[in-house]
Amino acid sequence: MPKDSGIGASSKRREDVRFLTGTGRYTDDINIHGQAYAHFLRSEVAHGVLKSVDTSKAAAMPGVIGVFTSADFEGVGGLPCGWQVTDRHGEPMKEPAHPILASGKVRHVGDPIAGVVAETLEQARDAAEAISVEIEELPAVIDMGGALEGGPLVHDEIGTNLCYDWGFIEDNREAVDEAIRNAPHVTTLELVNNRLSPNAMEPRVALGDYNQATDETTLYTTSQNPHVIRLLMGAFVLSLPEHKLRVVAPDVGGGFGSKIYHYAEEAFCTFASRKLRRAVKWTSSRTEAFVSDAHGRDHVTTIDLALDKDGTFLAIRTATKANVGAYLSTFSTSVPTYLHGTLMAGNYTTPKIYVNVKAVFTNTVPVDAYRGAGRPEATFQLERVIDKAAQELGIDPVEIRRRNFVKPDQFPYETPVALQYDTGNYHATLDKLADIADLSGFDDRRKASEAQGKLRGLGVNCYIEACGIAPSSLVGQLGARAGLYESATVRVNATGSITVMTGSHAHGQGHETTFPQVVADMIGIDESQVHIQHGDTSSTPMGMGTYGSRSIAVGGAAMVRATEKIIAKAKKIAAHLMEASADDIELSGGNFTVAGTDKSVGWGDVCLQAYVPHNYPIEEIEPGLEETAFYDPANFTFPAGAYACEVEVDRETGAVDVCSFAAADDFGNVINPMIVDGQVHGGIAQGVGQALREHAVYDGNGQLVSGSYMDYAMPRADDLPSFVVDHSCQTPCTHNPLGVKGCGEAGAIGSPPAVVNAVVDALRRDGIDISHIDMPLSPYRVWSAING
Amino acid sequence: MYDFEFERPDSLADAVAALRAEGAQAISGGQTLIPTLKNRLANPSKLVSLTNIGELSGVSDDGSGVLRVGGATTHAQVASSAGRFPALAHLAANIGDPAVRNRGTIGGSLANNDPSACYPAAALATGATIITNAREIAADDFFAGMFETALNDGEVITAVKFPVPERANYQKFEQPASRFALVGVFVAKYPSGVRVAVTGASEGGVHRWSKAESALSANFDASAVEGLSVPEERLISDIHGSPKYRAHLVTVMTRRAVAAA
Repeated sequence: MPKDSGIGASSKRREDVRFLTGTGRYTDDINIHGQAYAHFLRSEVAHGVLKSVDTSKAAAMPGVIGVFTSADFEGVGGLPCGWQVTDRHGEPMKEPAHPILASGKVRHVGDPIAGVVAETLEQARDAAEAISVEIEELPAVIDMGGALEGGPLVHDEIGTNLCYDWGFIEDNREAVDEAIRNAPHVTTLELVNNRLSPNAMEPRVALGDYNQATDETTLYTTSQNPHVIRLLMGAFVLSLPEHKLRVVAPDVGGGFGSKIYHYAEEAFCTFASRKLRRAVKWTSSRTEAFVSDAHGRDHVTTIDLALDKDGTFLAIRTATKANVGAYLSTFSTSVPTYLHGTLMAGNYTTPKIYVNVKAVFTNTVPVDAYRGAGRPEATFQLERVIDKAAQELGIDPVEIRRRNFVKPDQFPYETPVALQYDTGNYHATLDKLADIADLSGFDDRRKASEAQGKLRGLGVNCYIEACGIAPSSLVGQLGARAGLYESATVRVNATGSITVMTGSHAHGQGHETTFPQVVADMIGIDESQVHIQHGDTSSTPMGMGTYGSRSIAVGGAAMVRATEKIIAKAKKIAAHLMEASADDIELSGGNFTVAGTDKSVGWGDVCLQAYVPHNYPIEEIEPGLEETAFYDPANFTFPAGAYACEVEVDRETGAVDVCSFAAADDFGNVINPMIVDGQVHGGIAQGVGQALREHAVYDGNGQLVSGSYMDYAMPRADDLPSFVVDHSCQTPCTHNPLGVKGCGEAGAIGSPPAVVNAVVDALRRDGIDISHIDMPLSPYRVWSAING
Repeated sequence: MYDFEFERPDSLADAVAALRAEGAQAISGGQTLIPTLKNRLANPSKLVSLTNIGELSGVSDDGSGVLRVGGATTHAQVASSAGRFPALAHLAANIGDPAVRNRGTIGGSLANNDPSACYPAAALATGATIITNAREIAADDFFAGMFETALNDGEVITAVKFPVPERANYQKFEQPASRFALVGVFVAKYPSGVRVAVTGASEGGVHRWSKAESALSANFDASAVEGLSVPEERLISDIHGSPKYRAHLVTVMTRRAVAAA
């Protein structure tokens, strides 16, 4: 029976009222009296020595207030990297400087060389055109193989383009090699995980506002984690103490990871505002977004899967080159390592696994986390090589997976790549998928497609992800330079309504709806009585923000802990009012009762006593009803599921039509099923986009060929079928108070292999001897594969 | 964008006069020009809008077998009003998205002559006549290569006259990102013979495929195109397709157009 409120109800997204009526307040909607506009002169070449930058003419142009180059940032810190990876040999990664404006060299197309601040944006653009830049162009290094084999150095001072050579787990390397040498069958697959541009609907914006009277600085920015930006920019870049620096991220229109990082433009606008004593705003154009937002993926991998003759997985060895671009973005180093290598066990009991990753500098935009972040890369290679192994051994691809699953009675399960899966039931989600995708009806549908002259294929795969990032002590041991807890303050107002201030932040997830469902459910009041406040460091407790499918699992857990404290205190007040022992007080439906009696007092009466304490246990407890909790998870959460995709391929043109897509996910307990459906829909759309369309392509000179929507192919509604999604298989997380996992990235993690498996299946059924096509499976690539 | 003057005259004569100014540029739907301006890739001194001139807009059929489309007629208007020539209405209905179709105009498209645009294929395959404020130009003489036409500076397309074919069809294979034609083929059959125009494929822009025209004039059936090949010279090579792929698609789209005509 569906609930109509509280945990488990599909409450309507209250924030959509303003989003859909144009009354949201995004960063670019904020305008400050006297605001000036910043525009960046960006490098048009991928690699070169900056011989000179002459700003004298620009500085004299109409409306120009200031022109900045790297010389103006002497003594200012560079942009920091938040995760130090230690390589196979125990050495720290190479960590070259990341200046706010290019210094000495330009290293990618889009690298900012100078920033102009003027009274109007067009005046700033005019002046930027008047800056005279002399660049001695150098050969660009784009291909990772070339970068490692004597190619030009992106950073001369580190003497190599190798950021790190990481082994995981290094001690297992020889045992894995031996298992693969001795295995009855080894399937090998080389593949590319294609580079993507993130394309949030709202481009990035930064607005710095220095208040001379108070010496306080505010940065309004499009961020998934304003506290992280305040910490990084305040402590490591501009040396501003936190009590004088406020970071506000108001409504944020999508991020997908790209708005986690601390970007040069944020530091620039803050710095320039302090120098010029004017508010300074920069709004990215879409063109700039393509060459300045951190890209995603870009892995080149060889994976070996060793099997017994019966299809039992014996060992996995995978070697990846991961592109980090020209500079280390905030979390770039963690993505190919701890968010990728730790996932290589998948849903299976493979006993021996070794992961090698070489992170490589190139003359391209920095690469960092993008929806899924490392986990799609792990899932894709694993689920593709399993399909290939099934082909080679003549085993049904669904059966070979089932045969190797971690079984329900094996949880908690320790993988050979350092994770402990607390709970799961992979057989159940696969059974559910078979039902909702009608797998048994595929042959009939294939015949129908063939009658229309189309090749039909079926792709099935599983996925697991580690999300709810992350136990601080564990990630600290692994090199993270931050704790990954979350915080919440629950402020009960005098008449019983509640404001929850959380360090989580929403950029489309619907926290303003789901978080109140939890608090209201715990107390037994109406959801409308609970309001979420987020995105402002001045009004929320220090928290780490929203990414890695962590908000309900970590931020929600903090909110539960704070609400528990509220309830405990409120019970003491209620006990006083009813002259009973607090141990005998029960809370149900917003009423406090004394067990075994008919005495009761309402939520609102108790709250009022907390703030108007005329009849109050003042000797025992303080007035007021406001509590804060910080929650640091004991483990990751492990959503998992099984996905099926059916495609039709036009043999003449190579065009792929996605006919159906079904997803059976286990997210543990679900707070709002409708919102979870939406999260999965969005994730699948992005995953199908990666599989069939999206590709950030550089030419050999380092020019971004796909630098606009004329060449960067986004998935659109008419490219996609109506998805069939199910999350009724629920094994609740064992270590957080809500029993929830994360759902934000699952769709993007699980769907690319399903699409590619389906296309390869369609071609093989037509007798085309092919085992893999690299994403994106554009019509041209599929046609080329068909025609050799 | 850079600063510019803006005029929106209500007569063709005023528009033509305004366009005589140094650096003046006509703007119709602006679906190509506005993004160009926003990226500062053009710097006109003055924009002269053609969207407020009643005589440039609308679709008319005089009963003589010729459909006349005003130069500033939007794609959406053609899609809904060119029922006499269904292949043209269908082509217009599949350009871009609704926002583009409600702003973009046939004259703007033909004057821009994007090598991947749809309308040039319709004009060339039908042997249409492009009428300007100064003269009439046969489609065969109008298209002069990628983004090049026979138009002089300040010359305005006032209308296009399409001889309505007996049978016709346009097949567009979309480029995955832009949804312009990766290859588009317009086939039109007349008592005098068949004309085939190809867009999207060539660095030279829209062009006729004479071998297919001969074969189809003799036998208007998809099988007539079997075995015909398209030379790969001067075909476009980009991340969405090689010359070989585009050459192949020309044959596939031609067959499909004939079958659907």
